[in-house]
Amino acid sequence: MKNSHLWRKTKSALASAASFVCALLVIAPLALVFLHLLRSGASAVNWSFFTELPKPVGVAGGGMVNAIAGSFELLGLAALVGVPVGVFGGVYLAEYGTVRGNWLLRFVADVLNGVPSIIWGVVVYGLVVLRLKSFSAYAGGLALGFIMIPLIMRTTEEVLLLVPAGYREASLALGISRWKTIVHIVMKTALKGVVTAILLALARVAGETAPLLFTAFGNRFWNHDLSEPIAALPLQIFSYAISPYDDWHRQAWAGALVLVVMIFFVNILVRFLTRERVARVL
Amino acid sequence: MTNLRKLSGKFLGLIIAFGLSATASAQLTINGAGATFPYPIYSKWFDEYAKVDSSVRFNYQSIGSGGGQKQITAQTVDFGASDGPMSDENLAKAPGKILHIPTVAGADVVTYNLPGSPTLKFDADTITGIFLGQIKKWNDPKIAALNAGGNLPDQEIVVVHRSDGSGTTYIWTDYLSKISAEWKQKVGTNTSVNWPTGLGGKGNEGVAGQVKQTPGAIGYVELIYAIQNKMPYADVKNSAGKFVKPSVESITAAMATAQIPEDFRFSITNAPGNDSYPIAGATWLLVYEQQKDATKGKKLVEFLKWALTRGEDMAKNLDYAPLPADLRERVLKRVDEIKM
Amino acid sequence: MPIAVAPERPAVRSTIDRMARPSGLGDKVFKWFTLAMALAVVALVFLVGWQLARGSSLAIRRFGFHFLATSTWDPVAEQFGALPFIYGTAVSSLIALIIAVPLSIATAVYLTELAPLWIRQPIVSLIEMLAAIPSVILGLWGIFVMIPWLRDHPFPFLKEIFGWTPFFSGPIYGVSMLAGGIIIAVMILPIITSVSREILRSVPNLQREAAYALGATRWEVTRIAVLSYAKKGLFGAVILGLGRALGETMAVTMVIGNTPQIRASLFAPGYTLASVIANEFTEATTDVYLQALFEIGLVLFGITILANLLAQLLLKTMGSTIKSGAVQ
Repeated sequence: MKNSHLWRKTKSALASAASFVCALLVIAPLALVFLHLLRSGASAVNWSFFTELPKPVGVAGGGMVNAIAGSFELLGLAALVGVPVGVFGGVYLAEYGTVRGNWLLRFVADVLNGVPSIIWGVVVYGLVVLRLKSFSAYAGGLALGFIMIPLIMRTTEEVLLLVPAGYREASLALGISRWKTIVHIVMKTALKGVVTAILLALARVAGETAPLLFTAFGNRFWNHDLSEPIAALPLQIFSYAISPYDDWHRQAWAGALVLVVMIFFVNILVRFLTRERVARVL
Repeated sequence: MTNLRKLSGKFLGLIIAFGLSATASAQLTINGAGATFPYPIYSKWFDEYAKVDSSVRFNYQSIGSGGGQKQITAQTVDFGASDGPMSDENLAKAPGKILHIPTVAGADVVTYNLPGSPTLKFDADTITGIFLGQIKKWNDPKIAALNAGGNLPDQEIVVVHRSDGSGTTYIWTDYLSKISAEWKQKVGTNTSVNWPTGLGGKGNEGVAGQVKQTPGAIGYVELIYAIQNKMPYADVKNSAGKFVKPSVESITAAMATAQIPEDFRFSITNAPGNDSYPIAGATWLLVYEQQKDATKGKKLVEFLKWALTRGEDMAKNLDYAPLPADLRERVLKRVDEIKM
Repeated sequence: MPIAVAPERPAVRSTIDRMARPSGLGDKVFKWFTLAMALAVVALVFLVGWQLARGSSLAIRRFGFHFLATSTWDPVAEQFGALPFIYGTAVSSLIALIIAVPLSIATAVYLTELAPLWIRQPIVSLIEMLAAIPSVILGLWGIFVMIPWLRDHPFPFLKEIFGWTPFFSGPIYGVSMLAGGIIIAVMILPIITSVSREILRSVPNLQREAAYALGATRWEVTRIAVLSYAKKGLFGAVILGLGRALGETMAVTMVIGNTPQIRASLFAPGYTLASVIANEFTEATTDVYLQALFEIGLVLFGITILANLLAQLLLKTMGSTIKSGAVQ
């Protein structure tokens, strides 16, 4: 009897150790990449990086300020498309529908998550760019938004389903209408999960280059007209990374570093804004 | 929740307001797309030209030669750029006549990873043999014959080619097809081919990176990449039988001796002449003969004229070969034919 | 799919349906609104499928089913076959999942059950931040840092021990199918870890407390009360990772060697469906060539559907062993 207890305790300790090692293995490559970004790009992250437009090779200075602004604008547009559709679509899957119907919708969403991002670029190109005969930030934002939709939808659904049924029942028993129950009770409880879903999707599309090649196109200058081509960090990084020049390479790494840190701050900011201010009731 | 709602509402509102405030400046933007090879020189030109004429700005993005051809045909951009001339089939698809305006030229060099980084010599026979997978080792007698005294190791040759479609590959395969009937029949000429052997690297930087990392590797990259990455590159025997070092001068020499047809869709690989480097190629700007937008068209023509005169002088500094003088004259005459 | 309550879900939902007040306008509008949003994915999938089919119609007519069985990829002779790419996508994604799934879930477990509280959110934010690394940058890191290291350390080691099997034979270049699988694994780690962690975090504490009350050790609590309860949600996280793995392009194309061939050895270079599209799409100058690439996209679309169907099948068999009964 005692032996079996000891064995169970040992198993538990081993499992804890194993999961710790796994956590290290997961963080390791990501940390290595980040360190490489720092080493290769930090030297090029200076004041001019954040304030100047790209300069041709051989000319000192130059930065990616238009790309940084452009990425923000594109992400904003993408969020406009992706967040409402994704979140409320996920709500439907979790709260309404039929077993068969929802299975189909879920399946379709999973398939969409596997579409290579370059295909999304081609699709929006055919849909928007060719029709209007112009590249635009709208097209870019749309492509990114399309990528976000199935991702947010599935994750939102998963976290909403984890809200215990009892919460819903209690709310309905109090006479609160169904939609209010969903919005104020269920979604509020799962808020952190939904926020994670949105942030993950934003992070994913923030680094996407391929879909923007045929939609947002890129711009070496300032552009605040969303119906015109717009600069974006991944595009600028890509252009510089495939060039022959060391100076541009460093700027590419710097761009990647700035992008990653940008996402980090957005992440922190949003989590701060949605932090729990009161203890959970149940 | 309400705090977040308010904030996100304000944030989105800001973005929309920001975005919709179209810059009502007097600046005209002309968009161009295409080849990656001339991106650095074009961005230099556009930057310099902005000082000459501040009322217009040129936005050029490198999405690939094929992309450039497609976008100019679809008229989503105002001009295109391509490292390879457009085929008859593709030109027929365009809604109007497209002119090929050559701007600068570059070269494909043979780069490799060997101890000591010697400057090797290659000829048609050895290059074809290596890339067809027939010559497998560095100390093969055929290579040794050209490089007496070069300590060629008894090591397997690891061939690295491009995996992505590109003008660089087009120039390379065009050259090989000209000098080897076997290559022409087995592989052919295109921006992307069915390689008999070797690993595929993405982009010039992919090939350069892979050659640098793999001892015994050999690959082809644009001259600029070899120079910037400080990689060794070989002298190649040209059609006149001379071993020529790839350089801006030997590329311009190839353009001077090559046969240039009226529509400027030329190939300068294996060009005649003692000083010509055999694996060279030009890059073109693609513009419609009949411009849709008169204002943009005018500005475009003014820029082209500037580029073909003042711009050419800047090419050498960035390791691009400028057009030889008489070709330049011919091209300028063609630019005059652009109608508004 | 509901967690651990699958058999009872219709009953629970119908309870809620019955309890809800007779639908007022608000309820009706909300229901139709969310339905409209959910149907967006259907519209999207038709859009993508239609664009792919339209763009490849010529090639389909020309090559027919041969396309799926041929190994030649010759843009000059205009002979195109998708077989080596199908192989490459399948193998690299499989490798990626084998590496990433255990690591991610174990990490999620660590982050929810074992890690000190102060370290949890920072690590999660760190992992999520790294989901934003542009694919091309990861690819460059792959070719300049990862490949040389792999070529000099783990690969020769693997060859020594497993060289007698066909999977680890042949010359080691560094760029290889295995490297491709590893870099995809790195790309999907953030998403699987993050979503898994959310799932595990949402498991009600009552589950854990009940298990502890019965005298379970920490690991047993995790295994019985948490992981079982979250099984289906975790599976959903894995599916998300699979989706990303199948469609990953830039990073893979820089480390996989881009050689359309089918070899048993994991050290040999390979090529994936998504990579060939990314590599050649912008430069394809002839119609047939471009159409062949669209057809590759269509094939990938088909494979994604197949892979997801297989996953659903797996889920069904898992479902029959799930213990139902969430303690409410």
